[in-house]
Amino acid sequence: MSKDVSPYRPQPAEIEHEYRRADIDARAAKKAERQVALMFASSALFTVLFVVAFATIDATTVIGLPVFGDVYAFNVAIGVTMGLAIFFIGAGAIHWAKKLMPDVEVEEERHDFGSSAEEKAEIVETFKAGSADSGVMQRPLIRRTLLAALALFPVPLVVLLRDLGPGPGDERFRTMWSQGRRLLTDVSYQPIRPEDVPIGNLINAVPEGLHELEEEVKNLNERAKSVIIVVRIDPDEIVSQQGGTSEEPWDYNGILAYSKVCTHVGCPISLYEQRTHHLLCPCHQSTYDLADSGKVIFGPAARRMPQLGITIDQEGYLVARGDFAEPIGPSFWELS
Amino acid sequence: MTKEITLRKLRGHKHAHLVVITFSLLFVAIIWTALSTQMQTAKAAVSTETSVQFGKSLFAEGCSSCHGLQGEGTTDGPSLIGVGAAAVDFQVSSGRMPMATQGIQAMRKDPVYSEEEIAALAAYVATFGPGPAIPTDEQIDYTGADIGLGGELFRVNCAQCHNFAGQGGALTEGKYAPNIDLATPRQIYEAMITGPQNMPVFSEESLTPDEKRAIIAYIMALREVPNAGGLDLGRYGPVTEGLFAWTFGLGILIALAIWIGIKAK
Repeated sequence: MSKDVSPYRPQPAEIEHEYRRADIDARAAKKAERQVALMFASSALFTVLFVVAFATIDATTVIGLPVFGDVYAFNVAIGVTMGLAIFFIGAGAIHWAKKLMPDVEVEEERHDFGSSAEEKAEIVETFKAGSADSGVMQRPLIRRTLLAALALFPVPLVVLLRDLGPGPGDERFRTMWSQGRRLLTDVSYQPIRPEDVPIGNLINAVPEGLHELEEEVKNLNERAKSVIIVVRIDPDEIVSQQGGTSEEPWDYNGILAYSKVCTHVGCPISLYEQRTHHLLCPCHQSTYDLADSGKVIFGPAARRMPQLGITIDQEGYLVARGDFAEPIGPSFWELS
Repeated sequence: MTKEITLRKLRGHKHAHLVVITFSLLFVAIIWTALSTQMQTAKAAVSTETSVQFGKSLFAEGCSSCHGLQGEGTTDGPSLIGVGAAAVDFQVSSGRMPMATQGIQAMRKDPVYSEEEIAALAAYVATFGPGPAIPTDEQIDYTGADIGLGGELFRVNCAQCHNFAGQGGALTEGKYAPNIDLATPRQIYEAMITGPQNMPVFSEESLTPDEKRAIIAYIMALREVPNAGGLDLGRYGPVTEGLFAWTFGLGILIALAIWIGIKAK
């Protein structure tokens, strides 16, 4: 073994062997032996205790432990006994190896990883002989059909990729919202009157018909896109909105509806601060100002929160003016 | 020659300062006794119309420096016109008002005022303008309310800020949604109808009284459910659990690896 591998690190042969107490003192060796035996015996004891605990402790008994608080006695007992039973087998084995098994330093030569030149030449010879025996070069028909078969082999794998589709089409550009569709409170699905929404109010809302649709299709896809929050801000404090004219404003006397889906990676957000009009996403702290067109004022979101234009219908309930004017949720490639 | 007692002479007397101090102290003591008797009388008279008067004096003393003498608000505190009795009861009974220091958010602490004083303050502030009244015992009686519905409503309307187990969480720029473990049913109801600080309002129409009681029942049930899971790590979810696993779990594994690696003596 070459001596100049590392000039700073002593090689094993240079280190003077340090004898352990158990190597030179028979009493120390005996003591270590007893310690190892005690660990193995402890493991056996805890295994027995595990069985006893499993058989005797009532699974619903709750006991109080310091620091941990209230816990199920059964869970603690079987967990601790099984854990210690396993632990003491391992600990005993390591203690045995460290204290009693031979610990003399040995040197091992390191070999080249590659095969020898003769072996490489032999393999090339074998391959050439096999190739000649198969007659593949003399039988072009077999050779070509085989190549064709191998060339076509990946096709099914590519065709299977089709099953990742069909693509979402315009699904990402539209939601359930449409002109005249009522806003309903989430969970209780009640229509909302503007006079029931005081300044500072927050309502988590969904489109009318969503609940029935979900019962039918058994999935939450439409909900994931159409959930909105409805807030009321003093009209004097509203700086700007994403659309509407003075005749047909997108708010209704300060009642604003915005998508509830963060434009960063799509977390549903309704952490609304009524005084600052901030809407905060708890996932990555994107913050939107709902009094100012839902623009991003902090965090990683790249697009403003889409606003839903609203008005009231003939019966005086809040309804949408139409669908969102821009796609809700996280951005995607096709979105320019 | 008769001894003429003049003020000038007395002032020069060697014990004059003692006399002056004694009289001053006596004067203060008399005034104080008179005032405190008056205040006790006022306290006894609470629950009648005079509570508004009592509330007015308490307000002038403890609230007006920030909220203005007529509750009109100053640069240090918002206007209280139209906030209603419920807002006062919530803020003062939860100790948030009066604030200990001006800060980004008032936090819960032991209330400074007694129940009677809070009632008087609420009655007085309610005279500024119409606002939500303190919910009655019947309004907040959540016995028999639908806990399942309450849980669903809580997760849709409250959990985004207050955490799924009501443990609270961070908001923007140092603000936070508080832990609601100590909030009483009345305070929870008041918080929903008044929208304290940055919490939005949940009006009686958009979240009906029955639904509010269901939410309260759910919050109360959360507290009563025996939590025999041992260390709950604040019920904050994967963040604290991950931190715990990475520090303690990996720490123990590293310690064992070191033990395995060191040479025995």
